[in-house]
Amino acid sequence: MPNETASSVGASAENAETQWDLWEVFTQEGQGAPHEHAGSVHATTAEHAMQNARDVYARRGKLVSLWVVPTGAIVASAPSDAGPLFDPGNDKAYRHPQFYKTPRGVRGL
Amino acid sequence: MTDQKSPASAPAAGSPDDAARVAEFEARIAQGESIEPKDWMPERYRKQLVRMMSQHAHSEIVGMLPEGNWITRAPSLRRKMVLLAKVQDEAGHGLYIYCGTETLGVDREELVDQLLTGKAKYSSIFNYPTLTWADIGVIGWFVDGAAIVNQTMLAKASFGPYARAMVRICKEENFHKKQGYESVATLANGTPEQRAMVQDAVNRWWWPSLMMFGPSDKDSPNSADLIRWRVKRDTNDTLRQRFVDLTVPQARAVNLTLPDPDLRYNEETEHWAFGEIDWKEFYEVISGNGPCNRERLAARRKAHDDGAWVREAAEAYAAKRQAVSAA
Repeated sequence: MPNETASSVGASAENAETQWDLWEVFTQEGQGAPHEHAGSVHATTAEHAMQNARDVYARRGKLVSLWVVPTGAIVASAPSDAGPLFDPGNDKAYRHPQFYKTPRGVRGL
Repeated sequence: MTDQKSPASAPAAGSPDDAARVAEFEARIAQGESIEPKDWMPERYRKQLVRMMSQHAHSEIVGMLPEGNWITRAPSLRRKMVLLAKVQDEAGHGLYIYCGTETLGVDREELVDQLLTGKAKYSSIFNYPTLTWADIGVIGWFVDGAAIVNQTMLAKASFGPYARAMVRICKEENFHKKQGYESVATLANGTPEQRAMVQDAVNRWWWPSLMMFGPSDKDSPNSADLIRWRVKRDTNDTLRQRFVDLTVPQARAVNLTLPDPDLRYNEETEHWAFGEIDWKEFYEVISGNGPCNRERLAARRKAHDDGAWVREAAEAYAAKRQAVSAA
């Protein structure tokens, strides 16, 4: 999700002459739901980013909360890191309950 | 600095590992995987996406103009609220797609500049005038209807940010079509003058709406790559046929006729066969000679220029705030 970020701090500073900084927008759709990446907006300040995010990503629906984050502040993993980072998550069957045998007839485990 | 802006950290064209990477990329696509901005992608995939997505975003923005033309003249408060909400949605949709396009390493500023200088294309349909109130209903029905057919397919595009923007848009756009059809049905059941007005609008918008799907498959130079890379799942002609099949019964339901003497149901194919599209007109309009091309661009430029003081004020305010917090 964060690898959708289009710009870094360096890049936005470079373009400051012509274009406002980029902010990533996260929306929470309903109480108790997680914040999810919705997209991005350009804005001059955090307050401005919040206002733009509201206009662009909250025109309808049951939103209860918005986050705006400077795009350059997001640290994203690279696709090439996917192996070392995530493969170990797949090769440890003992992290899952199905790995364990239970005596027949025992319930509530 | 980690440059998140260059998803195409591609080796120089023709380098030895290029072919291997393309093969790996195509294998991912064939497995139905989603391509994300930082993944390696062939330069041509990136370029085609930037072209397609920016044209799509521009279309949403320019699409506000023909409808915005009628906001002050909507016949009732209800219709005015609906039209305002729809036009505001179009602005939002443009921004969703610009945001997706930026993940490919282009700046929105650059894209807006291409639109304002006339370098970029946008949907040919928005170069036709909205002459009467009935046009607004017919646009919702035909133009948004056609857009939904296209966008429902694009919601499955292989490029993640484009597909996600399309899902968001499709969720919102159904109301655009329904409000249009409701307005058309109201006029079609109204006075003889209202009926005549809506039939006239249907007559003018039908063929340009069919042209929205782009050139016929045999003349569509970009289709093969786009389909192989699953940016598109269906060809222009398939989508056009889908739209015709959906729309003909809707026209009949409100006793409106579509201006095509060749339109007839083919029992064998179970599709509505339709007449030949005037491709000369299509190419005239996309090359800048439609009824409203100049007017649309002039209106866009004026809006951009008229908004300059707002952008300057926002920047001045931000600079002042920064100075205060630094002091």
